[in-house]
Amino acid sequence: MIVSFELNGKEVHIETAPDRRAIDLLREDLGLTGTKESCGNGDCGACSILVDDKVRLSCLTLAAQLQGRKVVTIEGVCMETDGLHPLQESFVESGALQCGYCTPGMIIAIIDLLNSNPNPSRNEIREAISGNLCRCGAYQKILDAVEKVVRDRIERKS
Amino acid sequence: MSHVLVPTTLEELWTFMAENPDAMIYAGGTDLLVKIRSCAVTTDCLICMERLNELKGVRVEAGEIIIGALTTHREMLDSPIVQRDLPLLYNALKNLGSPPIRNMGTLGGNIVTASPAGDTLPPLYISNAHLEIRSRNSSRRVPIESFILGPGRVDMRPGEILSQVVINKNTRFMVHHYEKVGRRSALACSVVSMAALMNISEDNTISEIRLAWGSVGPTVMRFRDIETFLVGRTLTVRGIEDAIRKVQQSVMPIDDVRASAAYRREVAGRLMLRLTGYASSR
Repeated sequence: MIVSFELNGKEVHIETAPDRRAIDLLREDLGLTGTKESCGNGDCGACSILVDDKVRLSCLTLAAQLQGRKVVTIEGVCMETDGLHPLQESFVESGALQCGYCTPGMIIAIIDLLNSNPNPSRNEIREAISGNLCRCGAYQKILDAVEKVVRDRIERKS
Repeated sequence: MSHVLVPTTLEELWTFMAENPDAMIYAGGTDLLVKIRSCAVTTDCLICMERLNELKGVRVEAGEIIIGALTTHREMLDSPIVQRDLPLLYNALKNLGSPPIRNMGTLGGNIVTASPAGDTLPPLYISNAHLEIRSRNSSRRVPIESFILGPGRVDMRPGEILSQVVINKNTRFMVHHYEKVGRRSALACSVVSMAALMNISEDNTISEIRLAWGSVGPTVMRFRDIETFLVGRTLTVRGIEDAIRKVQQSVMPIDDVRASAAYRREVAGRLMLRLTGYASSR
């Protein structure tokens, strides 16, 4: 089948098997390797993408389900910013990663959180990334990085 | 390769189901797609119901709360009706899976999967939820207790789908308690879970109680005889200790990768001790 959807702001039409997993379509057929696969079971969150602005697991989504949807991957999060997304900047500054494999999924999950809750508490941030595993154990720094972005945004507004 | 059909209307769904009688049907895919990936099940045709907007949303109709089977867990958590009128279900949803799983998984999917550990099931059992089962030409309403027959087994015939869940609001109860014991709090299949609806008299005796347990039997377990036994008892450790023993004798847990049967039996009873925390200290 031909699947047509919006990917990081651009229209994509691609011939694929309808049961191809979204993660394989993105990484192997479209070359967007920022989205990672780890468990393939929905337990780790590494493959998180935004579909119609909500976080979803691309390992448990089939190509046919993307038809007509708006998809944003880690490559597209800085579409509207000059350079990196503020969250990406903050992750770098705070040292919120060691190996970095979980980072794309973490950032996607946090973008979904900040869209619905621009001023989350530390616990609410914890809750939002509860579906994302970081085996280096960078969780505290990740929370610091998100809190910094939230603080900066509020300061800029006032 | 399998076909994947994504109907957007019920009419289209009925046609796809009639043309592909062996198709496997899914909603969020958080359970079925994992099984397909691990080759536990194989199929030539998949039907994904996630775009059936007709079966989405929470509404009140003639005093009953109707939840479309395709409503996601996140949509239920965001619903003012669920927040206000179904606090017990709300408490269970908060602990279900993880944010992405709650964006994908649906209430209907959690019910039809019929896992003994299904997080929404104990609250639905004690809320006396009814399910509407539809096919192209018929519709029937069944209590959830008679719909779920065993692990992964439900009373659904070919050509039928679960279309909506009907619940009476449970705000007349003072206590809406849900607790899940798992290896960790997110993304953990429950080791034991317990849901309770309870009313307490001024002298701290139990005037009404409904209890249900998950993960300690082939389906959710509810013991009406123990509920009756508890009515009139004082809400203290002493007051309910006989009932705790009865629960421990009645549950039917198994050993599995997550916990032993003996541990589950012990914890199933002891989860009731939390209820004493709702007694007033006057």
